[in-house]
Formats: sequence, C-alpha cells, structure tokens
Amino acid sequence: MTALETEDQIEVRDGVDRETIETVQAMAGKYKYGWETSIETEYAPKGLNEDIVRLISEKNGEPEWMLEWRLAAYRRWLQMEEPRWAMLNYPEIDYQDQYYYAKPKSMAVKPKSLDEVDPKLLATYEKLGIPLKEQMLLAGVEGADEPRKVAVDAVFDSVSVGTTFKEELKKAGVIFCSISEAIREYPELVKKYLGTVVPQSDNFFATLNCAVFSDGSFVYIPEGVRCPMELSTYFRINAENTGQFERTLIIADKGAYVSYLEGCTAPKRDTHQLHAAVVEIVVLDDAEVKYSTVQNWYPGDEEGRGGIYNFVTKRADCRGARSKVMWTQVETGSAITWKYPSCILRGDDSQGEFYSIAIANNAQQADTGTKMVHLGKNTKSRIVSKGISAGRAQNTYRGLVSMHPKALNSRNYTQCDSLLIGDKCGAHTVPYIEVKNNSSRVEHEATTSKVDDDQLFYCRSRGMDEEEAVALVVNGFCKEVLQALPMEFAMEAQSLVAISLEGSVG
Amino acid sequence: MAVAEAKRDAAEARLSALALPQGGWAGAARAEALARLRAMGLPGRRDEYWRYTDPSSLVQADAPKASLFDPKDEPMAFTGFDRVKVVFVDGVFDPAQSDDLEAAGVELLSRQTADIHWAQSLYGVLEARGQTPVQRPLAALNSAAATEGVLIRVTGRAVKPVSLIYLHKSETSDAMLHHCVKLEEGAELTLLENGPAAARFNKVLEVEVADGARFHHIRTQGRDHERRAVTHIFARLGRESLFKSFTLTANGVLTRNEAVIELTGDDAVAHVAGAAVGDGDFHHDDTVFVTHAAERCESRQVFKKVLKNGAVGVFQGKILVKPGAQKTDGYQISQSLLLDDHSQFLAKPELEIYADDVKCSHGSTSGAIDETALYYLRSRGVPLRQAQSLLVLAFLAEAIQEIEDEGLAEDIRARLESWLARHGQ
Repeated sequence: MTALETEDQIEVRDGVDRETIETVQAMAGKYKYGWETSIETEYAPKGLNEDIVRLISEKNGEPEWMLEWRLAAYRRWLQMEEPRWAMLNYPEIDYQDQYYYAKPKSMAVKPKSLDEVDPKLLATYEKLGIPLKEQMLLAGVEGADEPRKVAVDAVFDSVSVGTTFKEELKKAGVIFCSISEAIREYPELVKKYLGTVVPQSDNFFATLNCAVFSDGSFVYIPEGVRCPMELSTYFRINAENTGQFERTLIIADKGAYVSYLEGCTAPKRDTHQLHAAVVEIVVLDDAEVKYSTVQNWYPGDEEGRGGIYNFVTKRADCRGARSKVMWTQVETGSAITWKYPSCILRGDDSQGEFYSIAIANNAQQADTGTKMVHLGKNTKSRIVSKGISAGRAQNTYRGLVSMHPKALNSRNYTQCDSLLIGDKCGAHTVPYIEVKNNSSRVEHEATTSKVDDDQLFYCRSRGMDEEEAVALVVNGFCKEVLQALPMEFAMEAQSLVAISLEGSVG
Repeated sequence: MAVAEAKRDAAEARLSALALPQGGWAGAARAEALARLRAMGLPGRRDEYWRYTDPSSLVQADAPKASLFDPKDEPMAFTGFDRVKVVFVDGVFDPAQSDDLEAAGVELLSRQTADIHWAQSLYGVLEARGQTPVQRPLAALNSAAATEGVLIRVTGRAVKPVSLIYLHKSETSDAMLHHCVKLEEGAELTLLENGPAAARFNKVLEVEVADGARFHHIRTQGRDHERRAVTHIFARLGRESLFKSFTLTANGVLTRNEAVIELTGDDAVAHVAGAAVGDGDFHHDDTVFVTHAAERCESRQVFKKVLKNGAVGVFQGKILVKPGAQKTDGYQISQSLLLDDHSQFLAKPELEIYADDVKCSHGSTSGAIDETALYYLRSRGVPLRQAQSLLVLAFLAEAIQEIEDEGLAEDIRARLESWLARHGQ
C-alpha cells in the first residue's frame, strides 16, 4: 500500500466504505508486530539433551511424574525422523543450535498478581493491543451491543506472564491458568487428560513438544457450565534464537461450553525460529468448544530471510455423544506452516467443523488442513478451506476425511478453494478420502482460480485502486470463514488478509 | 534405510525369476529401464502411492494362480465391430487367431525389423519421463523385461480400429506386454483392448500423439475373477491433439490402472475416464497423473465406481499445472456408489498448480443409492431391481459419455447392464 498517508488525508469515496480504507491503511506498516522488547532474559544453555529437559521441568517446579513423562518423550524423539511428506522446502533444522527455555529475569519470582508484573512486559502486551487489564473488551474492538469480557493468558517466550479474570472465572467453577500452574495445582486433571488426545509418540514435532514444552494454557470447564466469557491466550516470542514450545489443554466436561481465542506474534529477525506447539481438546457429552486462531508469527521478509517455522499439532477428541468442536483459523504469518487441526468424532452424533483461511505471500510456505476421523454413528463434519497464494509462495491444503465402518449415517462436506495472485506462486490440494461404509455421505469439492478480472474491473470502475480492489475481492472470497470467527477476531483477520497480500499485485 | 533396501531386494528377486531379453534395437532402452528399476526397487506398502493398494502380489516373483473364466459368464467385447484383430494368448502372440498385421501397419515388438527408428525414440522414453515426480517401478520392470507387444505408427486416418485381444488359457501365466503407438501429425487411430490376458498381467502402453492427431482408446478389463493386472499408459500430446481413453473394469481381484499424461503442445485435449463395477473380492485402483505444460489445454478425469460385497475402489488423481501453462482448464471427478456397508472407497484427488490464470476443479463423492430417486421410480411402477439398475447406469453415464463412438459406447452400456443383471442389481 503505497499511496496511503494519514487518516485525514483520505477522503471516503462513493461506494468505498470507511472500513475498507482503514483496513488498507492499517497495512501501510507491513508487519506491525516486528519490534522487540528489550528485557533481560534468562536462558537455559543452548542445545537439547536430558539435562535441558530436567531443567525445564525443575524451572516449572514440576512433580516427578511429569519429569518422567517428559524424559520418556525425549528418548522416543531421539528415535524419530522429521517428517518430509509436506510440500515444504526448508533447510535442515539444527535442533542443537537453539535455546529451549527463555524467561524474562523479572519473572524469576512469579508475580502474585498482575500488579506485580514487570511494567515492560505489561507495556509489550499493551502495544500488541492485548492490555493485561481486566478490561471489558479486547482493544480495538468496538461495535458489540453489550460489553464482552475476554480473559487473557499471556505467554512470553517460555513463561506465562499472567492470567486475567481468574477470580471471576473461579466463581463459575472454570479453571483458566497456565499449564505449569495446572500441573502443580490440578495434577489429577492434568494426569487424566494430558497426552490422551495427542499421544506422546504422535509425531516428531509433538513428541519434541512433550519433552520440552515450557508453558501454555490450561482450561477446565466443569459439567453444565457455560464459560461466562471468552478465553484467550496470546503467545509472544521475544528472545532470539529460541524455540517456543507451548502446550494447551482444554477440557469441556459434560454440557459445558467455551470459546477460546489464540493469537501470536514475534519480532522481525533474519534467522528462523522454531515453534512447535501441541493443543489438546477433550469434549465430553453435549459439550462444545470453539477454538479460533489468528496466527501472525513473523513471516520473514520479501526474500524469505527469517520468519518462524511453525510446526503445530492440534487435535480435538469429541469423546462424548453430541459433542461439538469448531476450529477456525486464519493463518497469515510464519515462514513455514505445518498445521492440521483435527477432530476425532468418537461420540455418536458428534460434530466437527474446520474453517480456515491460509494466506502465503512472498517466500512463505504453508501446508495446512485438517483431519476428520468419523468413528461414531451420525457424526457430521464440515470443512471450508480458503487458500490464497501470492508472490512466490506455496500454499497446500492437506486433509483427511475418514469414515470408519461403524460410523453409520455420517456426513462430511468439504470445500477447498484456492486463489492465485501472480504467476510465480503455487496452490495445491491434497485431500485423502476414506469411506468404509455406505450409509455415510462424503462430498469433496475444490476449485482453483485467479482473482476474477470482471470483479476487479467492477471495483476499479468504482474508483478503487488495484490493491484496494484485490483486498476487497479477497475478503469476499474468505467471507465464509471470516463469518465463523468470533467478532474480536473477525475484524483483525479481515485486515490481516489485506496486510498479508501487500505488494502482491502487479 | 531398511525400506529402500527391501524394495531393491524385491526387485532383484523378481528379476532373477525372469529371462531378460538381450541386444536388439530396444537393447539400450531396456538396459536403461533395468538401471532405473534397480535404483528404485519395487513398490512396498509404505510407499505413498501404494497406501491404498497392496502391491505385494504384483511384486512377488511368482504369479498367484488364477482359475480360468467360464466363457458362458460374459461375452467377449467388441465382437460386432469391423477391426484389425491382434490376439495374444497368455501374453504370447497368436498369428492363427489374428488378422493380417502387415496390411494394417502393425508391427510386433518381438520381430526385430530394421526400420523402427520411430519406435526407438518411444520405447521406454515416455515411461522414463513418467518416473518423476512419482516413481512407477512396475512400468520400468515392464520396459526392461517385456519381449512382446505391438508397434503401431499411423500417418493418416486408420481405416479400422486396431483391436488387441488378450486371452487367458493358463492358470499360472504371468504376462508382460509393451506397446508403442505413434500418431504422426494429423493422424487418427482408435485402439481397442479387451480380455483378461493372464493370471498376472503387466502392460505398458506408450502413446505419442503429434500435433493435430487424434487418439481414441477404449478397453474392457474383466471376465476372470482371480486375475491381477497392473497397467500403465504414458501419453505425450502435441499441439491441438486429442487423447481420449475409457476403461471398463468388471471383476478381477486386483487391478491397478495408471495413466500418465503430459500435455506439451498448446490447445491439446486429454480425457481419461473409467467405470468400474465390483462385487466381492475386487480391488480396483485408478491412478492418474495429468501434467499441463502448455497453454490453453483441457483435461478431464472422470472416474466412477460401483462397489458391493466388500469390493474396494481406489482413485488417486492429480492435475499438475506447470508454471506458464496459462488458461488451463482442468477437471477431475471421482465418485463411488457403495451398494452395501462392506465396500470401501479410498480417494486422493490432488491439484498442484503453479500458474495463476487457470480454472481447475475437482470433486469427489461417495454414498449409497439415493433413496428418494429410488422411491420416485418405484412410485412410477418400476420394479425395485430395475429401478436400482437404472440409477446405477445413470451414475456411470458421465464416464461412458467420454466414448465418442456411439456404437462402442452402446456396447459398453450393454455389457454393464448384463453385469448388473448377473450381480443382482
């Protein structure tokens, strides 16, 4: 976005609403979150070995069983090979050439309340638009009829800085805290569910996470409770040369409901940084979990220098009858994205939904999609995936829909559309469809096209410049997914779509 | 890498059971194919492109036994058509049952004549091109070891279709055929293939379709319940050329049909279609790879499967649009009708696209016969079985429509109807 100056210099033209202009304007700063917080950081020694695993466990004050669990994962990881089946091209990662633990020195003694947290850290989140105050709304979001509360768990490098609204949530019976705290305070719950959705040996990156995860969020919604506010975790990578390995565990007990938001950013750097997270969700009878992500890790520069390597395992286990999970993701950041949020539809009549927008620009590469594994009767799933490629980027949808012999009368509908902007990028679709009974119906549709010339012409003839017009058409292309996002994210996502495509026209 | 080693050991074991041909005009091509095979090894269950089909019975040194077919069960295909018959019995050419080949311009691979310059530029060449990005070791094995097949070069419009008939007489026959077809500029040919061929059959067909040429290919595979087959079509298409291939598969414990088609001239058209009907011990795999390397080309993949009593249908299709292949129109549909709860449909319909001004789509569905449609027909007085048969035929119609010749299409339709009648639909 070149010609955009300050807000008052821009007049709102006919047919172009203020929002579009503001959206486009917001893009002028390119990657907005590329700054760094200068703060004293305590690192674990570089590299990975059993001592590092022990150190992380000790730093988190973990009980013996947790350490054993980590060590078992580490030993298994040593036997595993890094997967190479994704359509991703990146140099060999040296797992010994990075730090696995980084913590702001001011967090040496865990602050008892948010008031005690280092002001620099608070300022960081303030700047990111996530003030760690018990405020009514996420910053920048207006237009809700009623003020809505959002509780935030803020993770900075390897530690959770603080969690808001804890007391109020406690009154409702909801547990929302960092996973390190949960391991200490609620060991029975953690023991019962940790590793039951994504087993220790699941895949190379998940197993690595099991060994070295440092923090993350823990959510437990008790039976019959509708979580009184939206929960969110904001992950910030700050330290250089450090991998972030967070672990999230969400349990929705019978009849519970929660909407969970996740956001993430990192500073601009010339070197790649590793991020390997695991998210496990357990959904019992009649419970429902909505999990929304806006992934905006630093994507690297135009030449592909720097950026986050994002290898994430996310899975929801719909164990209970009539349970429901909805994944919504907007993937705009990271140099490499390797991510397949999945649903195991075990309970009868359970439902899984996956809505995704993946945008890859410049030298970004994304290989993302979902798995819907239908095990129970009358299970339903729906996949809507929109992939956008620009610059020299490669964007792949990879998905599995599996109907097991006992998943009678189940349904799946999949739609994956790709949009190409420019002739140097690639868009790929790799769906796996496995149907093992005949009462289930599976439908898969995919299309690939370019931005429609007629639509562009129409917008241009109404006075929009080309980049504005593309942003508008692309937002239209993504509408189905944007609508599935909670409002806090929908706005941000919409503008992100525009930012990520910056410079891709012409 | 223990896996790679096991694959190479499998290749050596298989090769040791074969008498490899030496020398001759195809000698160099065979030696190269052998080297390719030795480097790749034979496929194993863990290969990505064999995840839905177990290759072991195709790979093992000896062909599994396949009992012969009762000829009362199903009539031979294409009998009413005027054609040049080339008959192979268990993979061996049978001059007594064949027509005069010389008059039809058909050569045999086994007759090492002098003037086969054109075949030299084709034999094993398209197969070698088709080994990337996906390895097809069983085709390399064929190029290295096949000693029989036809060589057809067409310069004008072939008057009659060439009909390759594969008869099966021995319960343990293990046949390999390698055909090369070259259509020169503006030429036109219809190639028919039918018959069970052997207990185990490995066939490669390499087709070069020059600028403006038209190639029609219709084949039926079926009859013998216990037969196994792996077939490969490698085709390269020139400017404004046309390639149309249709396959009907009924019966057979294992069939893997691969089609590797490369559109290298602008405005070329390639359609690949298949209808498969399976009852019981039936595993049918269509693996198709279409590469668009030129502008304004059109490709269609239409695959339909009707499965019952535990039959398994597999579809792995890919459209690859190379950089610069603008204005590509690529279409792919794979559908299965599962007539009971024991059958399976496994599909991997892929798109890989590196050009922006293209229109590519794929669809894949799976399900049972539509109850409402059935109800509608029954309420109009159509008996249940007839109504089911009607709906199954309607489901398969889109694939059969890919046959241009109405007479041949009718022959295929009639065969399907009689198959359905015999199998209680």
